[in-house]
Amino acid sequence: MADLTAHAPRTVDEIRTQYADLTRRKRLYGGVLLALFIALMVAGFRTADDRNAGSFADGYQRIFDYPAEVLSEAAEKAAELPGHMVHFFPALIETLNIAGAATLLGAIFGILLSLLSTRGMAPWPALIPLFRRIMDICRAIPEIVIALVLIFLLGGGPVPAMIAIAVHTAGALGKLFSEVNENASLKPVEGLSSTGASWAQRMWLGVIPQVGPNYVSYALLRFEINIRASAILGFVGAGGIGYELKNSMSWGQGKYDEAAAIFVLLFATIVVVDQISGSVRDRLTHGNRKGATA
Amino acid sequence: MTTMDLNTGPLKGQMDKLFLKKKLMNFGLPAVVLAYLTYVFFSFDVLGLWERASMENARTLVSDTYSYKTHVTRDNRTGDVTYAVEGERKGEYPEGMSPDWVTPAAAAGDTTVIDLTGGHVVRFGPETIEYDIPGYGLVSATPSRSQGVQAVLPEGEVPDWINLSKNRLAITTDAGRLSVTRNRSEVFRYFLGWELFFFTLDSPYHGVGIGELASRAVSGEAGAIWNDFWTNKMWRHSDVAWAIGETILMAFLGTFGAGLVALPLAFLGTRNFMPIRVIRFATRRVFDFVRGVDSLIWTVVLARAFGPGPMTGALAILITDTGTFGKIFSEALENVDEKQIEGVASTGAKPIQRYRFGVIPQITPVLLSQLLYFLESNTRSATIIGAITGGGIGLLLTQAIITQKDWEEVSYYIVLIILMVMMMDWFSGWLRKRLISGSEGGH
Repeated sequence: MADLTAHAPRTVDEIRTQYADLTRRKRLYGGVLLALFIALMVAGFRTADDRNAGSFADGYQRIFDYPAEVLSEAAEKAAELPGHMVHFFPALIETLNIAGAATLLGAIFGILLSLLSTRGMAPWPALIPLFRRIMDICRAIPEIVIALVLIFLLGGGPVPAMIAIAVHTAGALGKLFSEVNENASLKPVEGLSSTGASWAQRMWLGVIPQVGPNYVSYALLRFEINIRASAILGFVGAGGIGYELKNSMSWGQGKYDEAAAIFVLLFATIVVVDQISGSVRDRLTHGNRKGATA
Repeated sequence: MTTMDLNTGPLKGQMDKLFLKKKLMNFGLPAVVLAYLTYVFFSFDVLGLWERASMENARTLVSDTYSYKTHVTRDNRTGDVTYAVEGERKGEYPEGMSPDWVTPAAAAGDTTVIDLTGGHVVRFGPETIEYDIPGYGLVSATPSRSQGVQAVLPEGEVPDWINLSKNRLAITTDAGRLSVTRNRSEVFRYFLGWELFFFTLDSPYHGVGIGELASRAVSGEAGAIWNDFWTNKMWRHSDVAWAIGETILMAFLGTFGAGLVALPLAFLGTRNFMPIRVIRFATRRVFDFVRGVDSLIWTVVLARAFGPGPMTGALAILITDTGTFGKIFSEALENVDEKQIEGVASTGAKPIQRYRFGVIPQITPVLLSQLLYFLESNTRSATIIGAITGGGIGLLLTQAIITQKDWEEVSYYIVLIILMVMMMDWFSGWLRKRLISGSEGGH
């Protein structure tokens, strides 16, 4: 007993000073980090403000000017809004189709890439790092880069946006899918290979049924993100509702009712899709849990 | 026997149903996907697009990314000859300088000889332009203001790489291109690589080797060398560095600003910290609204108030992500363990201290990992928002694409963007590991 306590502080005072030392050091460390962070934020905002065309101090009262103009004009022409919405509905469908097709294509390539880059499933284990790098690069490219280049080559329209989003989606989903694959059991794969199944059969019958619900859940989340992306790409000339928004905005005053209708359509779509996909994802993961325990 | 039959009948039926369902899933789902993709294929008019696709554009894009051309231009009225990389003013050779494959006219009225290698030689004479093409012969053209371009070709049919009309002669060979119009004659020679990447022609350091540069830098010219590189008019290195800085700045300010705004608001949206239902409900709907409006609309609205620039982009990210973070944080706060708060409260801690020591330490890992995850994805968003509002590398990229000729710059920016995003990915992963070592793996 005496030996054990020999190194420990003997008096309450000693314990207190030691503890105070520890907290002081911790506080200093935390304080320095916090100060550094605050300094970075302040300096960053000042730099950004300097390099902006209009400064924050001048502009912040004007934030609501534009929404107010749009809203008041939309309120004046409230009767025309439903008509505008019907008029722009095809554009909305196009935006949704861009997102949907891009998510599907991206998911298909993502599944392939993820299977090719998961240990135990890859047909060519030596090439795993290569496929991982391909996924990293696909993930790192912002959609707008590919979209703009393809618009130059193919002309405006939905296809450049679809390809651009699909490339990024393949990278992003591929990474998530390969994390899912890591947790899948390899026993069905071994069983199938003992019956002489080909690689495609092993994956389709042995792996996909295990990971399917997770795949679908991630793909749905990606679909939500891709709707937003496809609206943004429309703004730079890739068709869909973003393109219509840009046009109606460049008309300026007098056409704000159209802009308002598009805002409402876009907002409603995003919220509705978020809700539906959220509840489906919830069901998928819960169903999955039930299946695992049964 | 009869009982057996009774039992297996429905069981068999059940199994058949199950198999049918599985079969439907196995074949039905791919069929639905295929049907949808076919519908999209036709509704997007992919076949028509394929016909409209410009192979010409694709060729310029690809060849421009790995090669450049130097123009030798003769003003046919005055006889002056100028040399410019890519035909741009900022790539012009200074007065009295010329590429080493050109022998300039010694005096006015003399002949300028341009060697395109492989036996291809173009001569700008006092009156007549001559192009000596190996395996074909000598083409000569005399431009005049009254009679257009009078060309003399070797005997025989005009090959399809020579384009001849009354006012214009254009010859495209593997070695280069010659075009003669009434007003000017121009030769293009193609080279591999990116032109003048380090120093422009007016810099004394253009064409100086690395060893020589290093020794000159050591002897006190380092500042001047750096200055010439940094202010390179062709590649604008300083502007590019600023643009990348702006993009990262937008992502940084947007992400962490959103975190700072969302954290206190998140408390208002939780069941365990906000007993008043109305406020809770309202806070959650605000989060949903801000998130649903989407960064595109926020960008458009904010650009009206603040004009283009990084501040607008940062605020657009900040506002959108406040909604996202608010949702994530309030979910994390609802899962907080009450026991720790009780423990802190039992020591007589005041509410603020209870939050500081009972709640914050529990949600810090979730909070930090989400913030850092979004930092990387917002770097990409900032590039896109920059292209719309006009700030950062996104703006430079769109500008370079709009000119439709500086494809080497476009590919340079694309490489930089990919490197930037990958670096941010790596950095946020590294920071995540350092800050929350052991408390939460990966995510």
